[in-house]
Amino acid sequence: MKRNLRVLVASVFVAVLFCGQSFAAGGSAIPEMLKAFEAQGAGNFSADGVKDLWVREFKAKDGKMRSCSTCHGTDLTQSGKHARTGKVIDPMALSVNPERFTKAKKIKKWFKRNCKWAWGRECTAQEKGNFLTYFKGL
Amino acid sequence: MFIDKKVLIFGVLAAISSVSAWADNDGDEGREDGFASRAMSFFSHKDGVENVSNQLYNESCGECHFAYQPGLLPSGSWQRLLSSDQLADHFGENAELDEADRKKVLDFVTRYAAEKSDYRISIKIANSVSSSNPPMRITKTRYIDRKHHELSDREVKNNKGVRFLGNCTACHRKAKEGVYEEDTVSIPNFPNWED
Repeated sequence: MKRNLRVLVASVFVAVLFCGQSFAAGGSAIPEMLKAFEAQGAGNFSADGVKDLWVREFKAKDGKMRSCSTCHGTDLTQSGKHARTGKVIDPMALSVNPERFTKAKKIKKWFKRNCKWAWGRECTAQEKGNFLTYFKGL
Repeated sequence: MFIDKKVLIFGVLAAISSVSAWADNDGDEGREDGFASRAMSFFSHKDGVENVSNQLYNESCGECHFAYQPGLLPSGSWQRLLSSDQLADHFGENAELDEADRKKVLDFVTRYAAEKSDYRISIKIANSVSSSNPPMRITKTRYIDRKHHELSDREVKNNKGVRFLGNCTACHRKAKEGVYEEDTVSIPNFPNWED
């Protein structure tokens, strides 16, 4: 009987552990990232003006104009399309695609790749915080 | 007696060679495929390329394009392609990875690279590339280039449903399973295409 109880307690413990993990995996990584940007000296993140930045064009080495919207489009609740490969890019708005913002590592990877691709440089902590705030509010 | 044995072995190998040449029914002569390649691909009952999957590889590369099976390029090509410099300018795109991930992805693809595979297409690809100057693109390996050289711009580049030769999945309906056989091909907007 005592042994059964121990098994029960252990099972409940494991179950709670798994639930906790799945909640953590499904949660937004945005708050944690904003905190990290603040630690780098950025702050007062705002979505103001991001809409204009989104379509601001920069000339790439190949002579073509590039902006965030080249691949992601202008309606962020809709899918975009990779400029070269044509692969569908899921929406950027947190409200319709929360899965996109669950992993800090993934967000960092894409900020690095895409800021360099579109703007030819890495984005600052302030810019990244503003972008995340913008996606969060859409 | 010793010499007889040698002659016997030679005879058997020659027979295998001619049988495999006859059995090589993929539609062309395969001039650059050596004897070893023919013999190996004949004995290999594994068609296509090995369909290995790796979550980090899919996330690192497959978010922008089809996650090409590692067996579609030899290690030498993967090493060039996945160097930090190349990833920062990946055919005009930025595909940078942090160093730990870059090494893990490289480790995965080289482990299953073409020259280590016993799948038919991988063997043919591995035998068609120069080891001193491995190509950067699957479509630049001599075998893949030769298999597609009859296609025109109308069918590929200017075809809205295809657009570039590296777009395997556009025509090879089972590419995601590592299957590239002729009977699984259908070219968008060319319903009557036949090789």
